[in-house]
Amino acid sequence: MRLSKLKHILTGILLVAILAANAQALAVPPLTGRINDYAHLLSAATAQTLEQKLAAFERETSNQVVLLTVPSLDDETIEGFAIKVGDAWKIGQKDKGNGVILILAQKEHKIRIEVGTGLQAALPDITASQIIRTVMVPRLKAGDFDAGITAGLDAVLAATKGEFKATPADRKPHTKSGNHLFTVLLVIALVFIAAAGSTSRIAGAVTGGVALPVAAALGLGSTLWQLGLFAVLGVGAGFLISLFMGNGPGGGGIGGGGWGGGPTIFYGGGGGSSSGGGGGFEGGGGDFDGGGSSDDW
Amino acid sequence: MRRGILALLILILLGLLPGCGYNTMQANEEAVTAAWGNVESAYQRRNDLIPNLVEVVKGYAKHEADTLKAVTEARAKVGSLQLGKDVINDPAALNKFQQNQGEISSALSRLMVVTEKYPDLKANQNFLDLQKQLEGTENRINVARERYNRAVQTFNTSIRTFPNSLTNTLLLHLVRKESFKAEEAAKVAPKVKF
Repeated sequence: MRLSKLKHILTGILLVAILAANAQALAVPPLTGRINDYAHLLSAATAQTLEQKLAAFERETSNQVVLLTVPSLDDETIEGFAIKVGDAWKIGQKDKGNGVILILAQKEHKIRIEVGTGLQAALPDITASQIIRTVMVPRLKAGDFDAGITAGLDAVLAATKGEFKATPADRKPHTKSGNHLFTVLLVIALVFIAAAGSTSRIAGAVTGGVALPVAAALGLGSTLWQLGLFAVLGVGAGFLISLFMGNGPGGGGIGGGGWGGGPTIFYGGGGGSSSGGGGGFEGGGGDFDGGGSSDDW
Repeated sequence: MRRGILALLILILLGLLPGCGYNTMQANEEAVTAAWGNVESAYQRRNDLIPNLVEVVKGYAKHEADTLKAVTEARAKVGSLQLGKDVINDPAALNKFQQNQGEISSALSRLMVVTEKYPDLKANQNFLDLQKQLEGTENRINVARERYNRAVQTFNTSIRTFPNSLTNTLLLHLVRKESFKAEEAAKVAPKVKF
């Protein structure tokens, strides 16, 4: 009696946990390669052939084409899910936007070709829709996923083939470059001020008064009165740095070594780590705007 | 020695300048403007599609003159609305924009319902392609609106949190931006079934 009560409670807890887990929106699965067959629609041989074909295609054209199959969409629309996948995986090269994601949802019988912004001229919505309707759906309806998906991907490759040529830059791992223009300019300005300041204080102050507003105008896009403020600040800073630089026989040594090292240290920071250089596959930073087409099979 | 410390202090202060949010807030505002550009072009894309769609439907569904007229009129109204970057700084203008686009959405969805009655039209390859293009634009509009809202949220948060709020009141004077509200019309955007 007691045991069965405990059983009920446990079942209840389990039910609540399952419901809570289902209430969350469908998460984007991790990108494991070019063929992400989470619904196991493809045979192992086909999956391997396609993986190699898509990798060769990227080497040749820099276009990234990937497949994702999911068992279920969990009440989400395939369009909404597709854009989440696109944002998370960033398929396609940065600045080219040349990625295509083919998505199939097994339970809902939904299919979508999500086209990156850079390939929408080569693969417009109409073409994507025609590939789905005429090339893929008949084979999918017959239950032949290997043939349907292969034919669909072949059609996508054929459509996007001539669009881009791979450049050496595409093959290198992408390093992050932040927008530190103002900081860079500031460091350069300081080098100039220090150099001028070591000859005379007035030269240092004048250099500061010019260099700082210039750096602000280029790096921050400041308005005119703000530039005036920066000029005053620059004169003060330039004068002070000059005092520091012209501080006697010892000052020159510190200045020369210290300032010279500044920019080198800064640039050194950028080239540090690189990711995904080995056999792993990752998106190149491509972007999606919801273009493409979806249908049922 | 004291001079050296003073110089160092000034250097540190200059180094802190990018940390006051000055750059971040401007970058965020630019992101909102860029996102708005995408919203406008997504809607424009739909606008460009409408004449073709109306033309094709007209050939098959002569009795639906009223529905067709509603679409054309709603489109004409949007065409007369002056757009531009000013819309994002003016909540009233954004509201009007949203309302006008909503009218097109509902007129279009009525048209799509009506076309269900014409099997010949539904089998027409031209119409099928246009339908697919319309679906694509509606999806682009959704994505662009969502991204715009996200950009606005980031921007609004960035101008209201310290120390950015201080920089903003002293230097930038950026104002809060309005986001799209979920609307009925958007929910009934044409969903074409086969």
